[in-house]
Amino acid sequence: MSWEVVIGLETHAQLSTVSKIFSGASTAFGAAPNTQASAIDIALPGVLPVLNRGAVERAIRFGLAVGATINRRSVFARKNYFYPDLPKGYQISQYEIPVVQGGALTIATDAGEKTVRLTRAHLEEDAGKSLHEGLPEGLTDVSGIDLNRAGTPLLEIVSEPDMRSSAEAVAYARKLHALVMWIGICDGNMQEGSFRCDANVSVRRAGEPLGTRCEIKNLNSFRFLQQAIDYEVRRQIELIEDGGSVVQETRLYDPDRNETRPMRSKEDAQDYRYFRDPDLPPLTLDDAWIERVHAAMPELPEAMRARLVAQHGITDYDAAQLTSSRALVDYYGAAAAALPAKDAAAHKLVANWVLGEFSAARNRSDVAVAAAPVPPAQLAGLLRRIADGTLSGKMAKEVFDALWAGEAAGDDDADAIIERRGLRQVSDTGAIEALVDQVIAANSATVAEFRAGKEKAFNSLVGQVMKASKGKANPAQVNDVLRRRLEA
Amino acid sequence: MKTIGQLSEALRLREVSSVELVQDALARIAVAQPRFNAFITVDADAALAAARDADAARARGEAGALTGIPIAHKDVLMTAGMRTTCGSRMLAEFVAPYDAHVVTRLRDAGTVLVGKTNMDEFAMGSSNESSYFGPARNPWNPAHIPGGSSGGSAAAIAAALVPGTTGTDTGGSIRQPAAMCGITGIKPTYGLCSRYGLVAFASSLDTPGVFARDALGCALLLDAMAGHDARDSTSLDRPPEDRSRALRESATAKPLAGLRIGLPREYFGDGVDAAVAGAIDTALGALRALGATTVDIGLPAVKHSVPVYYVIAPAEASSNLSRFDGVRYGHRAGHYTDLADMYCRSRAEGFGAEVKRRILVGTYVLSHGYYDAYYLKAQQVRRLIAQDFARAYRDCDVIVGPTAPTAAFPIGAKTDDPVQMYLNDIFTIAANLTGSPALSIPCGCTADGLPIGLQIQGNHFEEARILNVAHRFQQATDWHLRTPPGVESAVRKGGP
Repeated sequence: MSWEVVIGLETHAQLSTVSKIFSGASTAFGAAPNTQASAIDIALPGVLPVLNRGAVERAIRFGLAVGATINRRSVFARKNYFYPDLPKGYQISQYEIPVVQGGALTIATDAGEKTVRLTRAHLEEDAGKSLHEGLPEGLTDVSGIDLNRAGTPLLEIVSEPDMRSSAEAVAYARKLHALVMWIGICDGNMQEGSFRCDANVSVRRAGEPLGTRCEIKNLNSFRFLQQAIDYEVRRQIELIEDGGSVVQETRLYDPDRNETRPMRSKEDAQDYRYFRDPDLPPLTLDDAWIERVHAAMPELPEAMRARLVAQHGITDYDAAQLTSSRALVDYYGAAAAALPAKDAAAHKLVANWVLGEFSAARNRSDVAVAAAPVPPAQLAGLLRRIADGTLSGKMAKEVFDALWAGEAAGDDDADAIIERRGLRQVSDTGAIEALVDQVIAANSATVAEFRAGKEKAFNSLVGQVMKASKGKANPAQVNDVLRRRLEA
Repeated sequence: MKTIGQLSEALRLREVSSVELVQDALARIAVAQPRFNAFITVDADAALAAARDADAARARGEAGALTGIPIAHKDVLMTAGMRTTCGSRMLAEFVAPYDAHVVTRLRDAGTVLVGKTNMDEFAMGSSNESSYFGPARNPWNPAHIPGGSSGGSAAAIAAALVPGTTGTDTGGSIRQPAAMCGITGIKPTYGLCSRYGLVAFASSLDTPGVFARDALGCALLLDAMAGHDARDSTSLDRPPEDRSRALRESATAKPLAGLRIGLPREYFGDGVDAAVAGAIDTALGALRALGATTVDIGLPAVKHSVPVYYVIAPAEASSNLSRFDGVRYGHRAGHYTDLADMYCRSRAEGFGAEVKRRILVGTYVLSHGYYDAYYLKAQQVRRLIAQDFARAYRDCDVIVGPTAPTAAFPIGAKTDDPVQMYLNDIFTIAANLTGSPALSIPCGCTADGLPIGLQIQGNHFEEARILNVAHRFQQATDWHLRTPPGVESAVRKGGP
């Protein structure tokens, strides 16, 4: 009996505004506890919220980017519950009428591209943090409350239950993560909690109605997202196959034990007593504002991908890879711009190197694009020497490794390394002919084998020529000259 | 006791200084406090310092109409450095680091703050009996309530302690105590005065307003207090108005000629005390004599205003008061076992019975499964009431009737029957549900010598009009100038 997995994600993206959603306090991460909490954030008696237009503008940007409906009128509500890091005793959120409704994201799966529908995206405020360790000396047996995060703007993005595997869920989360950074509404820093997911997971036998779901809270890495879903799917299937049934509940993922644990059941679910916040009039958006946001939108990944294929002549696969990240495609663009040649061959060369050596090196050293030791102009300097035949592919890799290791600094430093290491490729026809003749003369047996029809012998002769040139001969030229000589 | 207009003139002519006025007020308060309990906090040093500043400003030629006038704020408005208790044990020691917008506005206008007035706990009540600091008492008869929730603010003026005070009106909390204490009080249009720094009871209804002896005093205070505040998203951005200008124009023989007064059938039926009905009838005669005509109108949905109010207001209150959890400020229980226990004990100890009752009711009506039947339904009826008023204002310019069905009742008379207590607000609540302005002026008294209030309601932003009607009535009558027996003789001689 085959099982189908059904997953929907709720993602909280902290919006990259300078100040909080309802107060003027800073949203910067990492300040000393409670130094970025205003009278409004700590909910002194008598204070009132005022909506940050920057947060609204970012929500509109998101809605436009995913092809959603931007509601011209949306409403803020109060979600009431008691918790020490929730200063007002309620969270201001959007409930019945969110600012963004619908929309979709396209993700790549093993079976090709797939559309994941979005239910909605709404604005709300983040809570503070409860601190149970790292408190000042002498404070034992207490919890600390840090309200710096309280009131940080969040966009909660809710998907439909359209994903069918943990891999699809991760693909969706990565795509969403790249998009919110691409359009500049979220810094995407998952370690700092700027982008975190809740996963709703259920299983069913093929063709049956939806199973009972469990919600796994606060997954702040793609790896945890995948592991948590995989564990939860196994748990639910085993439970059902053993004759049990899944209970609707909220669960927490423990990465140390790689398991999910119950947090609260549906019976314990709080009654949040939502009602319209009387302190905030409905949020009304006029077409002019939406049009201004639209006009200022950057080119979206899908559009850029198509444009790179059409204008740069690179493959759709490469274009998709490059546009998976704003930083990566910007790097590609800067490197391509620094190359004198603007034809498809030049762009393909850049794409190959950015997605190949550059990405591999980045993964090995685990550095972000922006922090990579080889800036785009420096890479372009290297690629120029490949294009003009100075460097063979093997030499180019050596130069790249030297650049990555910080052996030189500056845009022309590929040339400096080429000089220092004497890596100039031999493309002089006379010199190559001399080497070829030398090898033919010294390897009569191999030459005879080739002439008897053994093609492999040809490769051996090429290798001999390259060896004789200490690897500096232009391999393509060696091929040409050798074949001409042998067939003469 | 002189009116704000008279004191303003005396200050302008240097017949008296602000320091003298404040010294006099402090002396009166010292004598009256044991009898009326109108104040929760008095800060003599700060008041005298502010009075000296006001006199200095006047000497520099920088005085306005209110410069140097002593006032008091209802203890629900935040005052930087002076504690703000909301009449509650929860905030008994709370000192805010900031001023409410209206407090700033009135300070900027030159008024001198002498202290904070008593009130029902968190403004929940119609009698001032729910104050943690004990009930304020009615200067006309200390065995009776002064009304509520702004009872201390009204009593302070009736007892001639200060000439002007602020209040807040969520369901009648300015107008009803004004009526009970025989003074003038106005609740302006919702949004005209900022709620920033007003500790929220029911956010969609809470309205800062003012008390004075007469309509002119209210107009002067209101002009100073009203104004847009970017920190309150429900604050309205309107051009400033001079609401006292029309009042200062000299009276003609028929100053109210052309004015159509609507008399809602619903305000003149059973349940209105005979003495109240008689006084209102006499007042209507006076208004007609000033040139006004009267027209019967119907406000059929208004009969639902008390139940609608007692769903919406507690619902909002249950959420607004959640911040008082003992975590960051306010009362925290001395002993508790865990977080939930700390919440329960802190709130159980910090809140009084009426506040608890409303939190419970509000929590209930917002609960899953009850929201539609109560909260949503109440909001629908609220719109019907607003439609009633909109329709009525096609046929009339102002709506007049009794402020409350009875005069002040004895302290303790209704504490065991919350519904009877709530019915006291039957005529005042509608103006909060619609957000329109309304005021109360004294128009008579009962055989026992307790004041009776006349309510004048107007359409949105028609404060100037209803103040003018009140002013012309006060020019033709002297109810607003009467003082309770013993009040003037109880204070030291030689003051203004």
